[in-house]
Amino acid sequence: MSNSAVDAHKPHVAHEVHHEELGFLRKYVFSTDHKVIGIQYAVTGLLFLFFGFSLMMLMRWQLAYPGAALPLIGGLFGETRMPGGVMNPDFYNELGAMHGTIMVFLGVVPLAVGGFGNFVLPLQIGAQDMAFPRLNMASYQFFFLGGVIMLASFFLPGGAAQSGWTSYVPLAIINPGQTAWLVGMVFLITSSLLGAVNFITTTIQLRAKGLTFMRFPFFVWAQFVTAFLLLLAFPPLEAAAILQLMDRLAGTSFFMPAGLVVSGQIVHNAGGGNPLLWQHLFWFLAHPEVYVLILPAMGIVAEIVANNTRKPLWGYRSMVYSVVFLGFMSFIVWAHHMFMTGMGTTMAAFFQTTTMIISIPSVVILTALVLSLWGASIRLNTPMLFALAFLPMFGIGGLTGLPLAFNIADIPLHDTYYVIGHFHYVVAPGTIFALFAGVYYWYPKATGRRMNETLGKIHFLGSFICMNVVFMPMFLVGLAGVSRRLYDGGATYAFAAPVLHWNAVSSWGAWIMALFQIPFIINFFWSIKKGEKVGDNPWDATTIEWAAPSPPPHGNFAVAPEAYRGPYEYSVPGAAKDFVPQHEA
Amino acid sequence: MDIPYTVEVRRDTGLTNGKIGIWLFLASEVMLFGALFASYILIRTGAADWPRGDTILNVPLATFNTIVLITSSVTMVMAWASLMRNQFGKFRLYMGSTVLLGGVFLVVKYFEYSHKFHEGLLPSSNNFLAIYFTLTGLHMLHVIGGMTVNAYFLGPGAKQWKTNPTWFANRVEHSGLFWHFVDLVWIFLFPTLYLL
Amino acid sequence: MSEHAASAPGHDAADIDRHVKVYITVFVTLMVLTIVTVAISRFHLPVPMAIAVAMLVATIKGSLVACYFMHLISEKKLIYAVLGLTVAFFIALLFLPILTVHNGYWMRG
Repeated sequence: MSNSAVDAHKPHVAHEVHHEELGFLRKYVFSTDHKVIGIQYAVTGLLFLFFGFSLMMLMRWQLAYPGAALPLIGGLFGETRMPGGVMNPDFYNELGAMHGTIMVFLGVVPLAVGGFGNFVLPLQIGAQDMAFPRLNMASYQFFFLGGVIMLASFFLPGGAAQSGWTSYVPLAIINPGQTAWLVGMVFLITSSLLGAVNFITTTIQLRAKGLTFMRFPFFVWAQFVTAFLLLLAFPPLEAAAILQLMDRLAGTSFFMPAGLVVSGQIVHNAGGGNPLLWQHLFWFLAHPEVYVLILPAMGIVAEIVANNTRKPLWGYRSMVYSVVFLGFMSFIVWAHHMFMTGMGTTMAAFFQTTTMIISIPSVVILTALVLSLWGASIRLNTPMLFALAFLPMFGIGGLTGLPLAFNIADIPLHDTYYVIGHFHYVVAPGTIFALFAGVYYWYPKATGRRMNETLGKIHFLGSFICMNVVFMPMFLVGLAGVSRRLYDGGATYAFAAPVLHWNAVSSWGAWIMALFQIPFIINFFWSIKKGEKVGDNPWDATTIEWAAPSPPPHGNFAVAPEAYRGPYEYSVPGAAKDFVPQHEA
Repeated sequence: MDIPYTVEVRRDTGLTNGKIGIWLFLASEVMLFGALFASYILIRTGAADWPRGDTILNVPLATFNTIVLITSSVTMVMAWASLMRNQFGKFRLYMGSTVLLGGVFLVVKYFEYSHKFHEGLLPSSNNFLAIYFTLTGLHMLHVIGGMTVNAYFLGPGAKQWKTNPTWFANRVEHSGLFWHFVDLVWIFLFPTLYLL
Repeated sequence: MSEHAASAPGHDAADIDRHVKVYITVFVTLMVLTIVTVAISRFHLPVPMAIAVAMLVATIKGSLVACYFMHLISEKKLIYAVLGLTVAFFIALLFLPILTVHNGYWMRG
């Protein structure tokens, strides 16, 4: 789809060695060009996002109409998983665990970091490619293999993981499906680690002359901090995965306490293990992971807001200090996911405090983005619509996190639908909207053509309304006390009766939202050949990626760019145009 | 396309890409082994009783292994120093010794492990053994990885000395940093598991 | 025609000679400290003291390897910054979990 790889007939590039024309495999499959790898990540990530969404749509049938047979397609899943078209509770758990895992690790992060990070970052800093192109290719291969393992796990005896994306022990150790999940995670973690090394080194070393850190586009800062989170937070999960694999395969008792009874049988193991150890190691990663989910999104939104307000971002410096501080703090808040584990008041107070403190930089960044709109000449194109919607949606997500941050308030809310509502607001109409915005925004750079605006606006409006229909009721359901991961959505509990009907509302919202993704999918593929052709800088943007041709050739820039000013010089008094590009002398 | 700062340093950071890359990777390894040490702490403090290392494990053998690994660290850094002195022959000697000593380490570990298995002492027997096998097992994988890279620089990779000696020396230095890190982990593993 | 020589700034022949002297000194020190730590372990000190002493010796040995074999003593600020960050998080990872477990009212060890 992109011809951004080698073109041996282009005019001679300043420091380019003559390349012989690469074969199809070397150009599109085993490429070391960051743009090809970025597109590989993006497309694979988008496919996984839709697949993970489909898993959820299946679950939502069971939640809306517990015990009812799924019409038309119910028979496709076999008699073990859906006997007579009715979902088996184990299958429900499989869908739930894999939905979470796929969305987070195979969908959002690969698209946000692997896709946008790889494609845009080197261009935005004026580099020819990443510092370690072959390592980049390896990181995609590991991701791909991890994804294959995760998908294949559905077909193993016992099925895929069914103990939540959190893989809590001891349940995860005695349940089927976890071994493949753990092995898949090891591959995915390796991919992220390799990628992180590349991003950090590239950002520091390969930035253009004159591009100081405080002249970086905010997107670059966001990716830079994210890379540190991946680098330092993932290894403990890798260690934990090894320990859980040992418990499953070698009969060790790292997480298994003595005297465990499963299905009436005593488990004969050495005992002495601590289930909380898993939780600590898991959340040590998983908390920074949620910032990995949001930071690139903030970066994308910042770029699009600056560009479509024709103004510099308000409070750039505060945003930079905030994102760095946020990254640091994200490592010392994790036990707020463990308030209900019997922690004493001193440590609970510690984690509560750090969690409250971490909300400050988020608010600063959100406020800066909102204030950037003041007095702006706003262009309401599709990327900007998604970026604008991100702001209140992330706001709701963030604010609803506050009660969860307090040890006491968490007691009635922990593991209820309230939590699901909270984190989905941040990730779904939050991050995923930002990712959609990024696709519409950078598509012209990657392909040389625009996506269709009408289809884009339909995609936006439908998705925006449906997102709120799906997730807003969850706060009500959660406040009523309905737990998450219940196979019937709370139907067996009398206290849930007044709110049960909301489950069906959320389900219909999800199914209709699926329909509104169709214009996006059509648009994405149709525009490759039929989209309006554009030049280098269709958005009249200031950042350096727009100095390269659309799409950029191998090596990106004919002459190495130099940065002469900050990243958002829009509407500069006295300038000839309403924007002065960063790389223009 | 030539990626800049592969061989020469970037002026403001004073570093090559590879140097930064390897240190970043080592930082992630610190967190990996750190998590396992944290696990050790949690499991040991939660245990009713915990055997002293020397009651189960072979301290003389492990002391020997510690000496072997530290020596291999010296030969590794001498291998790099030889390149800096333009003494390729000495490089081969020292690098060869490093790989050899790594092999000795592995052989000793093989004897340790097989002796334990022979006595019916498995990872599943108790948590002391579980963490022992896991920590030393992961460490061993790192030894093998380091040896493989070093063997590459001794063998097929050595061609690069003729075409780009500075890049070759840098890569040997980076491999050395990894090898020293493996030694460093053992320096902490040895007393923790065997002596405490 | 070209001389096969590796070049690195700040590493001329005299420099390397100095480095090599340091390597040998560190090697001998490491050997001695290894003997020391094994010897001390024979005294079967009470566990908390044994841990403190063993970790102290290990830290000294580790620091020698890091500073001199890994040349950390003369590294650039950027590397120090990355490692400083790593150490901070390493300490959090090592100590916060055990503090939460021991602060819990039902898990007093």
